[in-house]
Amino acid sequence: MTPVPTDYYVFLGSALFIIGVVGVLTRRNVLVILMSIELILNAVNINLVAFSQYFRAVDGQVFAIFVITDAAAEAAVGLGLIIALFRNKETVNADEIDLLKW
Amino acid sequence: MLPLIAFFILSAVAIVSAILVITRRNAVHSIIALIVTLFAVGGIYLLLHAEFLFAVQVILYVGGIMVLFLFVVMLVNLDVTLTQAQFNRQWQVAVVTAGLLCGLLAYAFYNGGRGFGLPQPPLGPEPQHNTQAIGMALYQNYMLPVEIASLLLLVAMVGAVLMAKRKLE
Repeated sequence: MTPVPTDYYVFLGSALFIIGVVGVLTRRNVLVILMSIELILNAVNINLVAFSQYFRAVDGQVFAIFVITDAAAEAAVGLGLIIALFRNKETVNADEIDLLKW
Repeated sequence: MLPLIAFFILSAVAIVSAILVITRRNAVHSIIALIVTLFAVGGIYLLLHAEFLFAVQVILYVGGIMVLFLFVVMLVNLDVTLTQAQFNRQWQVAVVTAGLLCGLLAYAFYNGGRGFGLPQPPLGPEPQHNTQAIGMALYQNYMLPVEIASLLLLVAMVGAVLMAKRKLE
């Protein structure tokens, strides 16, 4: 039973992080942008848990729980914003939401 | 050997479905791919002996947040977006930025070498009773952050209700 090296977990975390960044930067649909943010948060969580296991300490997992709490709060407020936005502007495309652009 | 095989299968599933999340045109398909990714990440937590976090991932992320996403996707009319352009106009700039980030991370990996020069981990057996250890840490060392997180959740709850309300009085 050889354990998996920590490098591999960090590599997986960075791959998921880059995919999430590409999603945030390229997609037009606000909902998919929020989902990409969830991907990024998961990548961070993998890193936290991997190093927590490496150092035999539980603190990283506690931080991961706080990150999940933040993700829940962010999703609730973000989706509420999207509903309010859709009611007023009839769109979910990020580049059509330009009321503050002159 | 077995953990390594499980790791590779789980990470392949996670990365492929993560790519599906950002490339599918239909947002419902994106959500289903994201659920697969979250389950795969939960499996990674199990590999890392973080059983409590696996349960939190499944119950809170897949059971809570993703259902919330699905509700909003159903509320928001999607038929129009299916025929519109999927990516925005500055996607070339975005791809260049992502490539730069990729190069930066590759440089860090290359320079870090094996193990990133981390100090040796403390030897000894793997800690048992994962849930008990997390509970002890949460309610002893991290008492104040837990309270702040509860306040954050309260604010988020009030904020979400206020945002989604039809009219402010």
